Amino acid sequence: MDRPLDITIIGAGVIGCAVARELSRYHLRVAVAEAHPDLFGGTSARNSGVIHAGFHNAPGSLMARLCVEGNRLFSDLTAHLDVPMRRTGKLVVGFDDEDRGHLLSMLERGRRNGVPGLKLIGRDELRKLAPAVAGEFALYSASTGIVDPFQWTWALAENAAQNGVRFLFSSPLTAAVRRDGLWALTVGSRTLYSRWVINCAGLFSDKVAALLGLTGYEIYPCRGEYFLLDERLSSLLPLPAYPVPNYRTGGLGIHLTPTLEGNILIGPSTEYIDGPTDWRTTAPTQEMLLREGRRIFPSLSRSDCIRAFAGVRPKLTGPDRGGYDDFVICRREDVSPRVIHLIGMESPGLTASVPIAREVIRLLGLTEPLVERADFDPIRQRPVSLRHLSPASQARLIADNPDHGEIVCRCRTITRADVAAALSGPLPARTLTGLKYRCGAMMGRCQGGYCQTRLVALIEELGGIPREQLLYGPADSRLFAGKVRDV
Amino acid sequence: MNEPILKDVVILGGGPAGLAAALALHEQGVRDLVILEREPEAGGILRQCIHDGFGLTRFHEALTGPEYAKRFLDPVRAAGIELHTGTTVTGLTAQRLVTAVSHRGLTQYQARAVILAMGCRERAAGALPMYGARPAGVFTAGVAQAYVNLYNTMVGREIVILGSGDIGLIMARRLTLEGAHVLGVYEILPHPSGLPRNVTQCLDDFHIPLHLSHTVTKLHGAARLEAVTVCAVDEQRRPLPETAARIPCDTLILSVGLIPENELSRMAGIELDSQTGGPVVDQFLQTTVPGIFAAGNVLHVHDVADDVSAEAEFLAAQVARYLAGPLPHCPIAVTGRGCGHVVPQRLCRGEAAVLSFRPAAPRRHLVVEAVQDGQTLCRRTIPYATPAQMVHLPIPDLADGSPVEVCCYDDENPAV
Repeated sequence: MDRPLDITIIGAGVIGCAVARELSRYHLRVAVAEAHPDLFGGTSARNSGVIHAGFHNAPGSLMARLCVEGNRLFSDLTAHLDVPMRRTGKLVVGFDDEDRGHLLSMLERGRRNGVPGLKLIGRDELRKLAPAVAGEFALYSASTGIVDPFQWTWALAENAAQNGVRFLFSSPLTAAVRRDGLWALTVGSRTLYSRWVINCAGLFSDKVAALLGLTGYEIYPCRGEYFLLDERLSSLLPLPAYPVPNYRTGGLGIHLTPTLEGNILIGPSTEYIDGPTDWRTTAPTQEMLLREGRRIFPSLSRSDCIRAFAGVRPKLTGPDRGGYDDFVICRREDVSPRVIHLIGMESPGLTASVPIAREVIRLLGLTEPLVERADFDPIRQRPVSLRHLSPASQARLIADNPDHGEIVCRCRTITRADVAAALSGPLPARTLTGLKYRCGAMMGRCQGGYCQTRLVALIEELGGIPREQLLYGPADSRLFAGKVRDV
Repeated sequence: MNEPILKDVVILGGGPAGLAAALALHEQGVRDLVILEREPEAGGILRQCIHDGFGLTRFHEALTGPEYAKRFLDPVRAAGIELHTGTTVTGLTAQRLVTAVSHRGLTQYQARAVILAMGCRERAAGALPMYGARPAGVFTAGVAQAYVNLYNTMVGREIVILGSGDIGLIMARRLTLEGAHVLGVYEILPHPSGLPRNVTQCLDDFHIPLHLSHTVTKLHGAARLEAVTVCAVDEQRRPLPETAARIPCDTLILSVGLIPENELSRMAGIELDSQTGGPVVDQFLQTTVPGIFAAGNVLHVHDVADDVSAEAEFLAAQVARYLAGPLPHCPIAVTGRGCGHVVPQRLCRGEAAVLSFRPAAPRRHLVVEAVQDGQTLCRRTIPYATPAQMVHLPIPDLADGSPVEVCCYDDENPAV
């Protein structure tokens, strides 16, 4: 048996990666076991990418406190981790007196939660901020922002790995037993011995809790479908625009969110489903989203839609109750010794990811002496990219490394150097979608029509993964059926 | 950074349009020109089209795509025309400043004339009302063709094809020849989108069923595609749920349309035609930005490469004229009735032109007319015409400046 791990984190979603990153500050042997073959397997890759302000959540709740704290920290964190973000602000739009009442109570709740920069604005100011958005008045939140959820998750994971955390992919937890004061964890084909376990299993956090001795929690998967619009329309929506939410349904309503790349997301719907990984889109919901989108952009056509997808919220409230329950971040030494459970980590989990991780460390520190490492490096840097640079800087960059001059993805101006960066470093891409989310190729309007074959060739050449073994995304998602002919 | 390089002509794209335009310009004495091609080799989409049928009208031979490309590429090389491959144009301004990057560096060209010859791309799955999971095993036909023909990579074994565009038809045959089982081609329209000869040679000859007025509505399979749901559609192309059938398969190939690739045109502020997806051009194929011209699939999607070459050669002659002096003003608008779109969209007085368009639906006895002020300028009848075949209508020089309308209709009486 190897020397046991101090801590095993189950799940490499945004919360697991944030916990890994925060734990890498200390003298601890940490591993992350992820069920999927790469990052981006679950909810962290399927959401609106909004940095919430914290006015939706109940005063006094963990959700409210950690969201407000996360929002406050986000600028510094993204600067340290070299992740693009933008404080766009956000609108919650109302039409009638009933809406006004809801917005005023939201404003009051936000003030109680300590949210800065909230105000009610009238029709004129609304038109000035977002000319295409319908509505009579709105709640304006200055501190809300947008982030690329893939880049944020990747950055946290990379910084953790850079500081010594091991990531094990294709490693779902299937059994856990206590042995000699340790957890023996069966993950994929191997057994890990670990003093502590942190359950960051998202949609599977109830099942992982049960494996670790804590029963009584149930995750109710609640699907949200989206579609993504071509950047042609980007100038119409400078900031996220939400309707007045109906909290009973368990979502924030169909909203419009710009992405940092200039696309617009429409969604998500709210639908309780049976399977936690049922990421299917459906005709009635997509048609409803298109109708909702047209209310704000009358010129919207189906040909403006470049992709449809769905995410699933890991909710603790079932369809009969709806609404939100607070994050569960707990230790239960009586039934589940040396485990910290994080259950029901739905929105605003992305915003709150680092404060959630710090809450985990607080709970851990109650019994575990934590010694800070002198050599912890909080800085993670992405290699510089050609895109967004001035022609003069581009010329210098290519002179420095000619791979910056070879454009692989035309829609997003992603170069061979960008692809090479995503295929190297401490956590290189292992699947085609893993590469897509890291480097941004295949995410533009042609959806990989130009670059997909080149990316596959580069994964072979630079990543060392033969195409016969290459996965699209999930386990068993083989892309190809072999060679055409043996030559 | 170096100063921009001055050029008479910069050609964006080294496919069939760009190569033919370059060669024709060279023959007309325009020597200060450069072709910029993003791929490692010139030839464009022809490089992956290893089937024959290219060159039938131009060379009266059935060539493969690479052979057809070679007929242009060899003389381009022999003439010493400057051709940069592996070079992607990242910027184009209305003042004809072209920015290009390659591993050699960043280069800017100040061109007197720019030729847009970027071709087209395939419509992707996102724009289709097709729901369900997003498993591996969904490819556009051109991507599948590149994997099979350029990368020796088999995309699947049990194959359904959505859309009867030409590349989809070609791939039905290609994959069958390589041992895959093509279960059927499903086309939402009541008529095939591809050329009749491809329906015969790629489907009928291989007993591959073509299901007209059908579409794929759902994908099944979380990891790799396991099945698709297909439905018949009504006249408004709405799926009829009672006809839904689940077809087990591991691969879905999409051949659902081509879109002219005009990102650079947009950058330069060129007006685009919402119907063609290409630039609005006058009869000299000049766009709304003076000195920028367009030909080939970037302008409107053609049926065969031979037509692209011919259009590019016509364009080259106009560019040569433009370099010698301004082209005539083209204030006369052209519109279409009963046809998809008309190129060019603007005409001048006093010079003959050729109008190109597709009938909106298959016609047994197609009559096409160009009408101005109620007067028929010219008229053509075609015994059988489908939207898959582009129609060309030469019109005489115009004396009058009022708008021209192209009318397509079915004349059931062939005696007329």
